[in-house]
Amino acid sequence: MSVIYILWLRALKHWARSPAQIVASFGQPLLFLIGLGYGLGPVFAKAGNGSYLQFLTPGIVAMTVLFSGAFSGIGLLWDRQFGFLKETLVAPVPRLHVMLGRTLGGATVAIIQGLLVFILAVIFGFRPTQLVAVPLFFLTMALIAVVCCAFGTAIGSRMENMQAFPLIMNFVMMPLFFLSGALYPLQGLPTALKAIVTVNPLSYGVDGLRGSLIGVTHFGVPWDLGVLAVVAAAFMVLGAWSFSKIQL
Amino acid sequence: MIRVRDLGKRFGDLEAVKNISFEVKPGELFAFLGPNGAGKTTTIKMLTTLLTPTSGTILIDGLDPVKNKNDVRSRFGIVFQDPSVDGELTAWENMELHGVLYHVPRKIRIERTERLLKLFELWDKKDVRMKTFSGGMRRRLEIARGFLHTPKILFLDEPTLGLDPQSRNQLWNHVKSLNESEQVTVFLTTHYMDEADRVAQRIAIIDHGAIVAMGTSAELKEQTGTDSLEAAFLKLTGSAIRSEQASAADQMRQMARAWSNRR
Repeated sequence: MSVIYILWLRALKHWARSPAQIVASFGQPLLFLIGLGYGLGPVFAKAGNGSYLQFLTPGIVAMTVLFSGAFSGIGLLWDRQFGFLKETLVAPVPRLHVMLGRTLGGATVAIIQGLLVFILAVIFGFRPTQLVAVPLFFLTMALIAVVCCAFGTAIGSRMENMQAFPLIMNFVMMPLFFLSGALYPLQGLPTALKAIVTVNPLSYGVDGLRGSLIGVTHFGVPWDLGVLAVVAAAFMVLGAWSFSKIQL
Repeated sequence: MIRVRDLGKRFGDLEAVKNISFEVKPGELFAFLGPNGAGKTTTIKMLTTLLTPTSGTILIDGLDPVKNKNDVRSRFGIVFQDPSVDGELTAWENMELHGVLYHVPRKIRIERTERLLKLFELWDKKDVRMKTFSGGMRRRLEIARGFLHTPKILFLDEPTLGLDPQSRNQLWNHVKSLNESEQVTVFLTTHYMDEADRVAQRIAIIDHGAIVAMGTSAELKEQTGTDSLEAAFLKLTGSAIRSEQASAADQMRQMARAWSNRR
């Protein structure tokens, strides 16, 4: 337990000690909130769907958690580069504990980032419609964070250097986000797109957040949480397995 | 303390280590010398559970590193060829993390951390983040950290690479004094003959994955009819320069260096 705790704490210290990075990580969500939220707002309203900012915010929170979580998992590579990974791999502790500490630390940071973006959205005019669902909101964020972090760890364990990073960014992370229903409603989508969105785990995260914050949901919140929990468990196993296979 | 029999490691077509056998006695300072790509680091990785041997047996304090990974791990400390500290954490926090990873009880951890940081002259800087440390200071911390959990064996893989003579000198003095005061067995590899000559009680020379000679510095000189360890080394291993293929690890090393210089 103490091993998991100290590695969790390390992730938090790393986050808290790089204020420049924290500020930088708000750039993208802010652009989406202003550029899309305000920019597409009138069109969205004209189509009879109400406020786009209201609709978009849960999607942007999910996006923040996705990127923050996955990057912290891939950050494994950074530790490999600067050598710290070896220190943990040669210690007399099960690798599973090391992986758990890292993943939970990364997930916690992702939740904090998501929360900060949520607060930012509130400042820009977003209003949650049901406050009773706050625990649900946190639970959904936590599940998304664990899914993304474990997924990042699985990727980071297999990469040898940073060269594959742009590839993962463009062919994994961006598609996960754009094909998740974070930006548009799922009703009336072309069949192919609908099929992709339905198998994308992040869609359920976005839907769960939307359900808890503004009471609008496509799949239904229990179904969202169920899918996320199953995917989280599967990715944790995958991440732990990949991590245990790392050779230096 | 370390007993190796017919140890071999093969990577595809490459036989990195070929049937080597040697023994290191408790409390001994034992040096592994060899040109680049001779198999030094591969051997250390096998001794320290990071690689599984293709053939042969290893006993570390009577235990097999393949079967009893965690028991073996708690018995040694290691300083890697590349830095392995966390630059975002302070010296104290790096020690704390290590102590927790090695299950050192809190009270002992705090006492020993203080003692070791003072010994290695890092106590004043204990709350400074490691990324601002010089190469020599980082190395000192890594060695202090390696001693924290009172290991029976300390592995040092080219610990003085890139350090100035002052730091090298000081570092070996610390290692020698802890070897005496705590009865730690030390297994080291280095490129610097003078260091091996000065520090090590026994030396094994490894080339192309095989041990070509073993003994005290005096014995090696006598065996080759030379008057310095360097001459003996060159006589045993030849003077051809080894071509080593740059691996992903080397590229990472370069990039890490480029990054840490930018700070």
